[in-house]
Amino acid sequence: MNKPLSRRNFLKYMAAGTAAVAPSAALLTACNPSAKGAAGVSPTGNSAKAMTMRHNPNTGDNVSLLGYGMMRLPQLPEGTPEDPETGPFDQEMINRQVDYAIEHGVNYFDTSPVYCRGLSERCTGIALKRHPRDKYFIATKLSNFDNSLWGLEASQKMFENSLHELQTDYIDYLLLHSTGGGGRDPETGEQLSGLDVCQRRFIDNGLTDWLVEQKQKGRIRNLGFSWHGDYRAFELLLRLHDEGRYHWDFVQIELNYLDWFYANEINGANVDAVKLYGELEKRGIPAVIMEPLLGGRLASVSDNVAAELKQRDPDATIASWAFRFAGSPTGVLTVLSGMTYMEHLVENVQTYSPLQPITEEDHEFLMHIAEEIFGLKEVPCTGCEYCMPCPYGIDIPGIFAHYNRCIKEGYVSQSERDPHYAEARRAFLVGYDRSVPRLRQASHCIGCNQCTSHCPQQIRIPKELQRIDAYVESLRQYQAGRI
Amino acid sequence: MILRKIRIPLALVCFVAITWLFVDFTGTAAHYAGWLAKLQLLPAVLALNLAVVVALVLLTLIVGRIYCSVICPLGVMQDIIAHLHPRGKNKAGRYTFSPERRWLRWTVLVLFVVALVAGIGSFVALLAPYSSYGRMASNLLQPIWLTGNNWLASFSEQSGNYDHYAVDIWMRSLPTFIIAAVTFIIIAVLAWRGGRTYCNTICPVGTVLGALSRFSLLRINFDADKCRSCSKCARACKASCIDYKNHTVDASRCVLCGNCLDQCSFDALKYDIPRLHKLATATPPAAGSVAGGLPAGNTPPASEERRAFLIGTALAASTAALADVKVKMDGGLAEIEDKVAPKRQTPITPPGSLSARHFAQHCTGCQLCVAQCPNDVLRPSTGLLTLMQPTMSYERGYCRPECTRCSSVCPTGAIRPIGRDDKSSIQIGHAVWVRDNCIPLTDGVACGNCARHCPVGAITMVPAEPDKEGSPMIPAVNESRCIGCGACENLCPARPFSAIYVEGHEVHKTV
Repeated sequence: MNKPLSRRNFLKYMAAGTAAVAPSAALLTACNPSAKGAAGVSPTGNSAKAMTMRHNPNTGDNVSLLGYGMMRLPQLPEGTPEDPETGPFDQEMINRQVDYAIEHGVNYFDTSPVYCRGLSERCTGIALKRHPRDKYFIATKLSNFDNSLWGLEASQKMFENSLHELQTDYIDYLLLHSTGGGGRDPETGEQLSGLDVCQRRFIDNGLTDWLVEQKQKGRIRNLGFSWHGDYRAFELLLRLHDEGRYHWDFVQIELNYLDWFYANEINGANVDAVKLYGELEKRGIPAVIMEPLLGGRLASVSDNVAAELKQRDPDATIASWAFRFAGSPTGVLTVLSGMTYMEHLVENVQTYSPLQPITEEDHEFLMHIAEEIFGLKEVPCTGCEYCMPCPYGIDIPGIFAHYNRCIKEGYVSQSERDPHYAEARRAFLVGYDRSVPRLRQASHCIGCNQCTSHCPQQIRIPKELQRIDAYVESLRQYQAGRI
Repeated sequence: MILRKIRIPLALVCFVAITWLFVDFTGTAAHYAGWLAKLQLLPAVLALNLAVVVALVLLTLIVGRIYCSVICPLGVMQDIIAHLHPRGKNKAGRYTFSPERRWLRWTVLVLFVVALVAGIGSFVALLAPYSSYGRMASNLLQPIWLTGNNWLASFSEQSGNYDHYAVDIWMRSLPTFIIAAVTFIIIAVLAWRGGRTYCNTICPVGTVLGALSRFSLLRINFDADKCRSCSKCARACKASCIDYKNHTVDASRCVLCGNCLDQCSFDALKYDIPRLHKLATATPPAAGSVAGGLPAGNTPPASEERRAFLIGTALAASTAALADVKVKMDGGLAEIEDKVAPKRQTPITPPGSLSARHFAQHCTGCQLCVAQCPNDVLRPSTGLLTLMQPTMSYERGYCRPECTRCSSVCPTGAIRPIGRDDKSSIQIGHAVWVRDNCIPLTDGVACGNCARHCPVGAITMVPAEPDKEGSPMIPAVNESRCIGCGACENLCPARPFSAIYVEGHEVHKTV
């Protein structure tokens, strides 16, 4: 992969974005005056409080940059009896949050027949029904994962049921859900690749053709897909687009500052977001972004990463960096966030009202943060031992050498979903104890900084040691009691 | 014949599995064989594990004391030792009948129950058979096992794989080690000489089960018509419970080994339901004459314990000094002094143990948690009343947030099972700061290692002199949030005494 080129691309996307933001923001302020100074959140020097909107070239929709993901709906307090209709979900709170969102310019609501024990569509429908239908866009999915639903009829039923639950007669954005996921043959039980499953769920059974028909009938306004997993499925669907067989109005991908370059390193099955986004950008297909926070990981970072982010902008929340990053490329139609709590909603609305696109320096900075989070960064220690002896007995070059060796040998893995995580974890921890006695490991570094001035490589030794220690701690805590 | 064929393989499987449980350090054994510890009678009673207790009582009432021959590791160990005796394999046998020492048995049992109720854990721990075995396995066998493992680890390091890793082998408590060794010698000698002497005179569990098996449905009994009084059965009886002259078998002492059945050439012994016989023997089991009997010799008197403890600490101190010398000076590495445990007003007990009292009343000192603790935190206590019951200290490691191993293996409910989430909210003690040792004040350097590693964020670094710019930062502990895990104490750079240490709580709280 070619980083400088990719960065240039990123900046190119952004430059156009900045230009596009201003007029649409003004437009929205005009038509939605209630957005000003709402919810008692005191805005800090941010008077233009309108949500950034993005334009969908296919239907002309003006879509809010913040999309509401309805997969982590608020639940009733524990012990409260379940509602016969909405189960354990707190419909009152959902309504309040949806009201707040709509009031503040959010108009994209993303759900699926499988979210929230299958109740998300119903809850979303109830909340949205209370607003005029032209004020918002509904996105839902064909979540026919189970191999008993691979037939055309079952999937059609699923679509019809979505309309019923959502209490509407058309879907604004319909997605083939999670193309690229694997599965088993319903008859033989044989394991199938993501590509095969995609074929069988959506293409071979004529489902997509049927959906195109529905689109022509006006029951679907935009047809797209979301993708995880087998990259060949992504390629297949784009090839069908290129060949003119289907037209994708939008595609939903995972994008965040960690996945931008490191998705593949985190999990061998993933593809870097920069590549995915590039493919869509090339074709002019708007991108809907999921996992802007990488499952919350980019909102709860280690203390030293948090400190670095705060140092750069003390007023910005940790999560806002991730949202700004995900929203900056102009080909992004909307960024989905599964906001369970009102605080998250208020915060994210603020981040995008309006979006302050990532600058070139910001981008560089976030890539550095990504490296730090991912731990990909080797420590440029040459083992000269000028720093030694550490008065507190730490084996500084020993720790760095072990860490660098593990990076090189592929034993540094941040994702527990990585199939080799357990193996890498064991190799790292066992090797750590072998090469550095416990008493001399990074956990004993007190950060007195007496070593730093001795280092010819200008390594900020205590900082690096604490970063490694935080990583070791995450490994140790992974599985109780086992090394 | 069938009895032995069933008993021996079953007993060996149980014995090997329980032994593995006590020597293993990886948690694998606890995963597969942990339930065997929970099957032990006394632990099950203490844990109020009704299902197990009822099952064992019913088992004994129906088939007799098979428990003592299969499930109890101490019983099986004695069988193995007896079997090693050159005459153990001899067909002729080497045992003789001896009358029941009922008075001794019941005195020990009464004392045992009194100690149990009064919370004199050390006495209970001395007599409880499973605990005795656990102590032997963890103190005598585990070091050997670990040495073997460390050998493998060095091989695996040389060949560049990660299959085995080395672990520290250290003396957790000398008094407990000595007690384990002495108990082993006494029981081994008794077993060598007289088979199940221990089980039928001292063991409180044996006495209780014997009281039940006296009425067991199935039992060994004589067919007096067929018996030729050859005495072969009595000579084969490890429990010395067959009175061949009177044609009686003392069911309260018989552990159902089945050796006698194999020995009888005349088919005069049967394992069945005696009530079905037409000729029910009218005589009730012989009321054994009370003899002065064996000394309860495996209990060193209290004063000796104290002496052993003093010797223990002296020895520990000298080994610590030795370790200091052993630290290799690679030129580039500063020497690190070993940590010394602070004097804690209240000992720390593991999360899940609810309170010092609950712990003392339920723990039988089997050492399973101590043997399993992967962080070298648990070690047997040296307190008089709680001798051998585990206590916590943080010189070698701290009670890590992800680990709940001790609570998951404890068979007696002394450490109740807790989850990872519970653990972070159970307050077993609180951290106390010691100004005189704190590095920012003594060495004038920045530190904050305690605050950095506190898993619950209970420590904040504050300026020592708030008004002065650039004042050294010292830790401020929010006691109400501290859970007492000891991360701060263990990772504190001050040596040998940490500048922050944990003081135990008698009653655990949820924060």
